[in-house]
Amino acid sequence: MSRSFDHLDKLENQSIFIIREAYSQFRDVALLWSIGKDSTTLMWLARKAFFGKIPFPVLHIDTTYKFKEIYDFRDKYAKEWGLNLIVAKNEDAVASGMGPDKSKFECCNQMKTIALKQAIAREKFKALLLGIRRDEHGIRAKERVFSPRDEDFEWDYKDQPPELWDQYKTKAAEEEHLRVHPLLGWREVDIWDYVKRENIPVPELYFAKNGKRFRSIGCECCCGPVESDADTIDKIVQELKTTQISERSGRAQDKEDDYMMQKLRSLGYM
Amino acid sequence: MKTQTPLNFVIVGHVDHGKSTLIGRLLYDTNSLAPDKLAEVKKISAEHGRETEFAFLLDHLEEERKQGITIDTTQVFFKTQKRRYVIIDAPGHVEFVKNMITGASQAEAAVLIVDAVEGVKEQTKRHSYMLSMLGLKQVVVVINKMDLVDFAQERFNEVCSDIENFLDSINIKPNYYIPISGIKGDNIANKSLNMDWYKGLTFMQSLDELKNNPANIEKDLILPVQDVYKIDDKRINVGRIEAGKIKTGDAIKILPSNQETAIKSVEKFLEETDEATSGECIGFTTQDSVFLDRGDIICRSGAEPVVTNRFRANMFWMSRKSFSIEQKLIIRCATQEIRCKVETIEKRINSSSLELVEENSDKLENLEVGEVVIKTKKPIAIKKFSQVQELGRFVMILNENIVAGGIITELD
Ligand SMILES: Nc1nc2c(ncn2[C@@H]2O[C@H](COP(=O)(O)OP(=O)(O)O)[C@@H](O)[C@H]2O)c(=O)[nH]1
Repeated sequence: MSRSFDHLDKLENQSIFIIREAYSQFRDVALLWSIGKDSTTLMWLARKAFFGKIPFPVLHIDTTYKFKEIYDFRDKYAKEWGLNLIVAKNEDAVASGMGPDKSKFECCNQMKTIALKQAIAREKFKALLLGIRRDEHGIRAKERVFSPRDEDFEWDYKDQPPELWDQYKTKAAEEEHLRVHPLLGWREVDIWDYVKRENIPVPELYFAKNGKRFRSIGCECCCGPVESDADTIDKIVQELKTTQISERSGRAQDKEDDYMMQKLRSLGYM
Repeated sequence: MKTQTPLNFVIVGHVDHGKSTLIGRLLYDTNSLAPDKLAEVKKISAEHGRETEFAFLLDHLEEERKQGITIDTTQVFFKTQKRRYVIIDAPGHVEFVKNMITGASQAEAAVLIVDAVEGVKEQTKRHSYMLSMLGLKQVVVVINKMDLVDFAQERFNEVCSDIENFLDSINIKPNYYIPISGIKGDNIANKSLNMDWYKGLTFMQSLDELKNNPANIEKDLILPVQDVYKIDDKRINVGRIEAGKIKTGDAIKILPSNQETAIKSVEKFLEETDEATSGECIGFTTQDSVFLDRGDIICRSGAEPVVTNRFRANMFWMSRKSFSIEQKLIIRCATQEIRCKVETIEKRINSSSLELVEENSDKLENLEVGEVVIKTKKPIAIKKFSQVQELGRFVMILNENIVAGGIITELD
């Protein structure tokens, strides 16, 4: 190693350790890819962990309301990186015309959470790798690295297993699956620093066009851009160092109701 | 500015002694609060009929806000002029000791907060004991709520001397004792005008003096095998170097089989490399075709950990169901996972008072510490915790759950 071991190296190695640990414990793993910067970084780390060949499926929960750029990006890199991509939708909800105009809460729940439940049941995944970070939202700070969900997908945040010295929980019989969070200790700016260092491709939506950019991307209908002139990674990093607005401020789920995120999450939302 | 390594520290102490308030104050004083977060806290505080409470920032869950207790480990980021910090807020309530341990096991330093009025309480002691068990060496003691004792030096000295006596008995030597008021901000970022008698550092200055954990590079090689992958017909062993370093050509020994071979290649995706050091997750191949497995320990001949099936340990039980000596457990130490039993529980100790509950016992209750002898079914490669933490600490599994943590005190 020519560079000295810095903060990003530390984060990278910790994440690779966790990804390998999840695969070693469960084998039936899937990586949940929202195509955003975090889960794409997670994918990058998984490629490193498995020397370019991720030995498990990559799952995209398609609400059908994503930006076109997201679909294009997904298909391009799924091919380039040789991913075993599974696209999952809640077909019944799509057929019934579910959309944010009905209820934002119900739409998120149906199109994301239920779609995910269906996919897990169909594919019999025992563990899911997710790119969530502790600094994203207060409730996410409560997460463990290996976090059990019961058969109803519920997260019992009050009675979580202890986690010490990189020894993580294994699956117990009555639990549906485990969520594994290799990026928990990363901050938003760490992700960008790493994206830059590693030259990781991310959707163009993150970069400013006509004075606006997206800090967090999801469904086209429920994501607002922020005012910004940051059209390069350097400018984004610079912006993050000076901004005082929190990352998900453009997201409808977080604003609508003080506890909507918590309710969604305890129902199994990502 | 390069992304330098942040310092991870935990704040522990008895419930209500002021952890959340102190953290809120740190965020406020270091200008780390986003305006929308600050507004949210103000709004929530008002809704709950209270003045702006910094504690709400952390206690982010609805129920928690209502009950007014911190229930889980939360991480918060802030920075001073000198460096960045990650605070791990560890809950003070007794029910949440396993969350406190989860938090503290990730920390490089600890802040022990003690209420100037109440002084040393049950969880003050238990948490201190856990810090000592987890091997945390850097400790800052803050005596909080000095505003409630008229900023009196006598009271400060009194509480300090109580806590010092206790910490001494468990081998913790704090780096600093600091009188503060989390609510008013005395001696947090700025020197208190109310306590002229105190000549030491402010809390923030004391943090800046703490050190990051040094990497284990100078120690003997320990590389536990995490998994083995078959990639394009090549078997690649993977693992994280826990101590020392390796490079291509190095002679190695594999425990517990005692086979000897040499490193043929060090593998990293998209990187050409022939060496790696402590902290790195790597792949490697060997010159002879030896079949490695998860749990094998790679080391250097002549500098091996001890391979044994019996050793002495301090084991901390953290499950509501008590442990009875007939129960079979699985020990996990680094990537080793082996069936075992507890042969004897020589002492059963109350982790708060440190009083001896029973000698030669046959059980451990929740939150009790046992001085035990452990016998494994197959040989295990270990070190004393005081020598190499990574091979000197373990967890116990019962019915797929982590039920205990422990440190190895003597090798047989
Ligand atoms: N007077 C005074 N009250 C304090 C101080 N720090 C915290 N408190 C109060 O003590 C109570 C418990 O504080 P909190 O931060 O929630 O404690 P935690 O349980 O340790 O997180 C709250 O009502 C705080 O307002 C202080 O420095 N002075």
